[in-house]
Amino acid sequence: MREPEVTLELALEHGLTEEEFDKICKRLGRKPNYTELGVISVMWSEHCSYKNSIALIKTLPRSGGRLLVGAGEENAGLVDIGDGLAVAFKIESHNHPSAVEPYQGAATGVGGILRDIFTMGARPIASLNSLRFGSLDDARTRYLFDGVVKGIADYGNCFGVPTVAGEVYFDNSYKGNPLVNAMAVGIVKTDKVASATAKGKGNPVMIVGSSTGRDGIHGATFASEEISEKSESKRPSVQAGDPFTEKLLLEATLEIIKADLIVGIQDMGAAGISCSTSEMSAKGESGMKIDLSKVPLREKGMTAYEIMLSESQERMLVAVKKGNEDKVKEIFDKWDLHCEIVGEVTEDGILDIDYLGENKVKLPAFDLVLGGGAPVYIRDTKEPEYLKSTRAFDLNSLPNNNNIKESFEQLISSPNIASKKWVYEQYDSMVRTNTVVGPGCDSAVIYIKDTNKALAVKTDCNGKYVYLNPKEGAKIAVAESARNIVCSGGVPLAITNCLNFGNPYKPEVYWQFKEAIEGMGEACRFFDTPVTGGNVSFYNESPETSVYPTPVIGMVGLVENLQNITTSFFKNEDDLIYLLGEDKEEMGGSEYVQLAYNVVAGESPVMDLEKEKLLQDTLLKLIESKLVNSAHDISDGGIMAALAECCIMDAENLLGATVNIPVKTREDFSFFSESQSRVILSVSKDKKDAFESLVKASGLPYLLLGKTGGNSLKVNNKYEFELKHISDLYYNSISKLMNVTV
Amino acid sequence: MKPKFGVVVFPGSNCDHDAYYALKKVLNYDVEFLWHKDKDLKNSDVIVLPGGFSYGDYLRTGSIARFSPVMEKVLSFAENGGLVIGICNGFQILLESGLLPGVMVKNDSLKFICKDIYLSVENTNTPFTSLLTEKKVIKIPIAHGDGNYFADEATLKELIENDQIVFKYCSSEGVVSQEFNANGSQLNIAGIINKRRNVLGLMPHPERACDPVLGKTDGIYVFKSIAESLQLEASPNDLLTNKTI
Repeated sequence: MREPEVTLELALEHGLTEEEFDKICKRLGRKPNYTELGVISVMWSEHCSYKNSIALIKTLPRSGGRLLVGAGEENAGLVDIGDGLAVAFKIESHNHPSAVEPYQGAATGVGGILRDIFTMGARPIASLNSLRFGSLDDARTRYLFDGVVKGIADYGNCFGVPTVAGEVYFDNSYKGNPLVNAMAVGIVKTDKVASATAKGKGNPVMIVGSSTGRDGIHGATFASEEISEKSESKRPSVQAGDPFTEKLLLEATLEIIKADLIVGIQDMGAAGISCSTSEMSAKGESGMKIDLSKVPLREKGMTAYEIMLSESQERMLVAVKKGNEDKVKEIFDKWDLHCEIVGEVTEDGILDIDYLGENKVKLPAFDLVLGGGAPVYIRDTKEPEYLKSTRAFDLNSLPNNNNIKESFEQLISSPNIASKKWVYEQYDSMVRTNTVVGPGCDSAVIYIKDTNKALAVKTDCNGKYVYLNPKEGAKIAVAESARNIVCSGGVPLAITNCLNFGNPYKPEVYWQFKEAIEGMGEACRFFDTPVTGGNVSFYNESPETSVYPTPVIGMVGLVENLQNITTSFFKNEDDLIYLLGEDKEEMGGSEYVQLAYNVVAGESPVMDLEKEKLLQDTLLKLIESKLVNSAHDISDGGIMAALAECCIMDAENLLGATVNIPVKTREDFSFFSESQSRVILSVSKDKKDAFESLVKASGLPYLLLGKTGGNSLKVNNKYEFELKHISDLYYNSISKLMNVTV
Repeated sequence: MKPKFGVVVFPGSNCDHDAYYALKKVLNYDVEFLWHKDKDLKNSDVIVLPGGFSYGDYLRTGSIARFSPVMEKVLSFAENGGLVIGICNGFQILLESGLLPGVMVKNDSLKFICKDIYLSVENTNTPFTSLLTEKKVIKIPIAHGDGNYFADEATLKELIENDQIVFKYCSSEGVVSQEFNANGSQLNIAGIINKRRNVLGLMPHPERACDPVLGKTDGIYVFKSIAESLQLEASPNDLLTNKTI
């Protein structure tokens, strides 16, 4: 078969820059051939090389705490949780595929992140996600939302991992470019961790799992450009998922790792065989001699170029300890999966690839990979113009609100605040029987069998805050996830991040990115929650708008004692309701101001890390001393939304409250302010003194708001909300919006 | 004597470990996994067909699993009066293999549903429900996309006449009505038994409601009933446990 001649034009079409093409020609001392150009272009794409982000990402704290494997060292980070166990976790985006093919885009996002976890030898025990869509009154948005949720559900449910937590926000900025971030968490014995490396001359290299087809070719390149009218034609770049095969691959993979038969293993996601062969070789400081004729194919007539770039799902590359080939084969046979020797490890550092008796690729593995020869850029930055007007906006100029009752009902029905029951009931949140606290609470809590411990997990980010102040917004995302973990009785351990931004070549976007990284780093250092790894997704723009900068945080915390597990809803009649922390009437980026006045302006809330830490430490002490019956974080919708949630979060046992919320300057502001570092607690009457003396000693501001009881939420002797009504709005608003037929 | 449960592992079963854990670690029974390719029930006293997505459920739920080598043995085991319980996907396999009548179609919402639901216990005169004489409503989770039970008029009539409907979806107070029908099932059916009373299929997951750590334990009634029936059969005077748990 004749291959196109490689020219600068062809390289540009492949997404390389002229500078990059020159660089590769100089390194090789020749022009790459067509297959090589394909390999280089995907390996140097933003998606695989992190070329525009890695320099800044390296400024984040990437070690310390209980970290066993730091960011970038393996497929996912690894954190020690004692008892000879470690937790592996990571978050990744599948935004672009989901924008054109929501079902498969989201499903394969889940599949990819699960493979990242079990390729380390860890069994996935929880799946989470973070989703952003346009407004639900738009029919295409409903189609995307429905498809994405179904894709996540079908993949996770069939695979057998509980989907336990997540977040969903709706805002017009995400209309043309939804965000679909999937996170997975796994558990591994610290002495059974597998590495993504290939070494030892002559060790056989095997490809296992599904056969290779033409699906997903150039998926990584597609992910590295803006969404446009042409994107619909990229539908074939989206892979198709097969969760059943993935489940078999999981079992077989864990068996070969447990039996100590292999040197290393890596999953094939973006850039398929190109990426796994080059990264494993580079990590092991070795090379590979591969014959593509041995790769099981799904279709006839595939070229070397297509095989190298295919992103067919549910495949792994394994470097086997020589002599164990048959044992590995036996295990994959047992699970009815392909398992073929395709080559061997070499010592020369060269990726040397043949197909049908012809040499197709001869490239130094190191030059291809992130941390090796892949380019690294720091882009120009410029503070965006819009910030002048958002900062100058005087929120106090907003007209007074004379209908608090209506505003509150509108707020609690807003898809951003309302229960995501419509979403999470489609997820099997209980399989593996470890889910102690499932979706809908501050964070999910997952029991670790045969121990007295549990993991608290959570994803979080408020894009509006980041839009108004990237640095502060990113700090808040870290702080709020930590606060959620603590509310559940856990100690924050570490984070993974998924940085969703626009086009990095636009200085305003890069400024947002840089500021957000700085804020995130500051918060992570402060809380001693290092970044174990994650993912950067640039180019989240559509012809209409660019998305709010959305650096999603996925946090894992450890509940040291099952007795500490705390939930957010009120438990008993006549308990005292306390507020920890204080309000500063911060309305910028609040859900209320957007809903009532259609304004996203002002300053984001301020994050005082010292105060936040004091709040979290004190709350944890209170929980450990068994002084609180419930703990709930105040976030979107302010103290009113938080109180209502405390009353109705246990849908079968609604429990009212009578409270007094102090009003500073404006009633609506005091009710709906989103000031940070605040939680609502309920406390048994007989523990009042012990509770108050512990809080007083900490120096943290607190306030007795009222007490629980009755069938309604009564506020300031002025407003009364029937819980049945509020709960109907809260639980059914999204399904009502979704059942609109157009 | 401890009863021995055999939990069948099909490719794609994903509640096999949950059943194993509940039976072994929570309830302290003997349990063995039974690999689908082996025709060996390892002397099990009762067979569990667990939940999951056997063979990916790509063709029709449970339709391929019934051809697994192990199912040949399960069929003859059931014909000889052995106790078989099919949970969720296991129920679907029992329907496909003809051990129980009827079929499953997609939930009426057309969506997968995972949540805690209430079951009205309609027949306590079975080896699977004998301990539920006093407690008529139990709380057990469901998690399925195809749990909408369907059968023709004649079959439904027969199920009623023979008292084969064991569990129905209901309210927390035990009201059986369309409002509390989780998935559109005919007659709110959540679980049925064969005429001989040795093969039970149910969509809810009792194994997910055993470990007290998870805050719900009604599933224990089902497994303890099984264990007790087996003991009664073995030696009626050797009954160790009291009737209430």
